[in-house]
Amino acid sequence: MFQNIGEMVLLLGRTLGALPFIWRQRAKVLEQFYEIGNASLLMICVLSFFLGGVIALQTGPLLAERGLHNAVGGLVGIAMAKEFAPIMMSILIAGRVGSAMAAEIGSMRVYQEIDALRTMNINPIHYLVLPRLVALACALPMLVTFSILVGWLGGAVVASVTGQIDIPIQSFFTNMKSVVEVKDVANGVFKSFCFAWIVGIVSCHQGLITRGGPRGIGRSVTKAVVNSIVLIVMFDYVLTRILLH
Amino acid sequence: MNAPPNAHQGVGVQMRGVRRSFGKQEVLKGIDLEVQAGEIFVLMGPSGSGKSVLLRHVIGLDVPDAGEILVNGESILTPGVMDKFRMAMVFQSGALFNSLTVGENVGLYLSEHQLKSPAEIARIVAEKLAVVGLKGTEEKFPSELSGGMKKRAAIARALIIEPQLILYDEPTSELDPLSAVVIGEEILTLNQRIGVTSLVVSHDRDLAFGIAHRIAVIHEGEILAVGSPDEVRRSHHPVIREFLHADFHREKTSL
Repeated sequence: MFQNIGEMVLLLGRTLGALPFIWRQRAKVLEQFYEIGNASLLMICVLSFFLGGVIALQTGPLLAERGLHNAVGGLVGIAMAKEFAPIMMSILIAGRVGSAMAAEIGSMRVYQEIDALRTMNINPIHYLVLPRLVALACALPMLVTFSILVGWLGGAVVASVTGQIDIPIQSFFTNMKSVVEVKDVANGVFKSFCFAWIVGIVSCHQGLITRGGPRGIGRSVTKAVVNSIVLIVMFDYVLTRILLH
Repeated sequence: MNAPPNAHQGVGVQMRGVRRSFGKQEVLKGIDLEVQAGEIFVLMGPSGSGKSVLLRHVIGLDVPDAGEILVNGESILTPGVMDKFRMAMVFQSGALFNSLTVGENVGLYLSEHQLKSPAEIARIVAEKLAVVGLKGTEEKFPSELSGGMKKRAAIARALIIEPQLILYDEPTSELDPLSAVVIGEEILTLNQRIGVTSLVVSHDRDLAFGIAHRIAVIHEGEILAVGSPDEVRRSHHPVIREFLHADFHREKTSL
């Protein structure tokens, strides 16, 4: 485990060191960016809408019973912006994009394509890791911003159509506006930026250390997703602690 | 048989006491070999004798536990040697990038190092593919090629580097006899045309004796013999004799 952590830290360092060469890889960054966005946007839209809706549904009736109808908008707003959108979307991306990264790089490792790169004096970190990480670090915060907006909309719709809550959409957003500040949204977006690096590093690292045939690739994919999720949740706590101050 | 070409651009390779173990298994037991600039040197031996492992060390993919590998007198592990000498490897599987077209595969070295304009890369790629008999396959994906075509595409990818040293790992494995001959002739032609040093790892006896200037026989991580094809053929070493004369012992029966 400690060896893996050390290797991931080293990989992160080397990738950050390769950042000055990013302009050379711009075509691949755009390609990856499109892949990530295209693969995830619809899914994120649906998930976020229902996520916002379910927060309103779970909390709305309880608040309404206590005469706090108007707090639903603020609660959904804060919950989506600071916690649900960044963590759920990062987990979704780990499953959807991280697994694909680990599988692709793992398969390149098993079938000697990475060795072929090295014999051509092409650095696999510049060619494979850097574009994926940069694309992910740009795409995930954008997707999370989008998720927050759709989640708010979902919460507002559910709060207005549910008899036990019964708050007009306009009142929902008025209340949200009085509670949610720009820094709350920035807080969630910043978290997602950090999670993007976690997903990218863990997935690329698992791909690069793949051994064996198809079974090895499968094992790497599973480890990439599971390790990413564990690290996202752990770092979420750490970041929340830091950002509280 | 063939004499090495006089005017060559190839580089020489020296291996001195190269040792490598994986766990408790010693795969290379102190290999000493010298490949002269511009020659076709075939390293032959049975499967699992350490041929491919040695080849990976020669191009710097693996690091020996002891000993050194020199290219024109400079250690392969010295920073900048890979930039100084142009070396390429043709992998046993071809190792083409499955997500790229044949044209992108062949031109990858030039495009990644930004050595030529896209139009020029396209022209050079077409030229190299024509050299290996794959004219017009630029837009195909590796999955659409036969085994022999993949090997030739891998050779084209190696050629684009304009190498001074090409390493071939089992270039005729999994190929039918006709394709194997085509690949063998390709190796010969390249050597005669551009004088590239070729280090070929193979257990294919026909290929080895058909193209080599010199042959080394490796067995269980040790070099048993080095010499011209005729010298190796005349060897009295029992392992070499067994390897060279392995055949079926089938009794004649009438159906």
